[in-house]
Amino acid sequence: MAHSPDTGLVKDESVLVTEAKAGSYAAFEELVNRYEKKIYRLGLNLTGNPEDAEDVLQETFLKAFEHLPTFREDSRFYTWIVRIAINQGLMKLRKRRSSKEVQIEDSSNDDGDIIPREFADWRPNPEQELERTELEAILQNAANSLPMTFRTVFFLRDVEGLSTEETAEMLNLSEGAVKARLFRARLRLREELSKTLKIKKDS
Amino acid sequence: MNCKNAIQQITGYLDGNLDEDLKRTLEVHLNGCHHCKAVFDTTRKTVDLYCDGKLFPLPSKVRERLHDALRAKCEAQSK
Repeated sequence: MAHSPDTGLVKDESVLVTEAKAGSYAAFEELVNRYEKKIYRLGLNLTGNPEDAEDVLQETFLKAFEHLPTFREDSRFYTWIVRIAINQGLMKLRKRRSSKEVQIEDSSNDDGDIIPREFADWRPNPEQELERTELEAILQNAANSLPMTFRTVFFLRDVEGLSTEETAEMLNLSEGAVKARLFRARLRLREELSKTLKIKKDS
Repeated sequence: MNCKNAIQQITGYLDGNLDEDLKRTLEVHLNGCHHCKAVFDTTRKTVDLYCDGKLFPLPSKVRERLHDALRAKCEAQSK
């Protein structure tokens, strides 16, 4: 993260936005540096593949650059670009769905209660025991098994740290629907991950 | 509190949104129920794993292409 040369302090996001709006490319680039990793990861989580994630990343920041003059600053800059990224990610998925597979809508049986079936403890530190790429593949497979709306709610709330209210607004859902989906998404992901991360009794 | 009721409170509990009475009742249940305790612990772990900043790093080539595209756009606009 870049520091302003005179004070050594990290610049406030709103200061960078003001400078970028006034035409400072350096300020805009600093905003990109701050959030590019998170937007890439979000793109990867939403679309499930690296090519689409790169497209989401590029399109998000190109659009942000283009539309910066119209950004009204009634939300955080980060929330604003997450919204752009979500739209780009959903567009990617729709395109892929029309060309073939990919289930975006909720499947019909998602209104029932979530009943946990896996009760085993997990290995204590899968992030240390497994290769990074191996763990990433496990996490992605689990995420890909969720209906799109569950996945989106989970990543916005739990990974991007948006509030229930921000998530609801962004996805045109009620706050109640966000809470219900977050509950289901967490439990379903846990159930999926349990299959590979649980301690197996016979081993 | 039974297991079904306990599971219903998982989101509120993990997010720290339960009132004190409910939280205490739930914790009594969790202390006596290994199944629910495992579900709560592994759900917390699920969220932690997806939040691990070391996973899904941005490849340097992808980052380079992003910054090249942005600079090109900036230059095109200033012409």
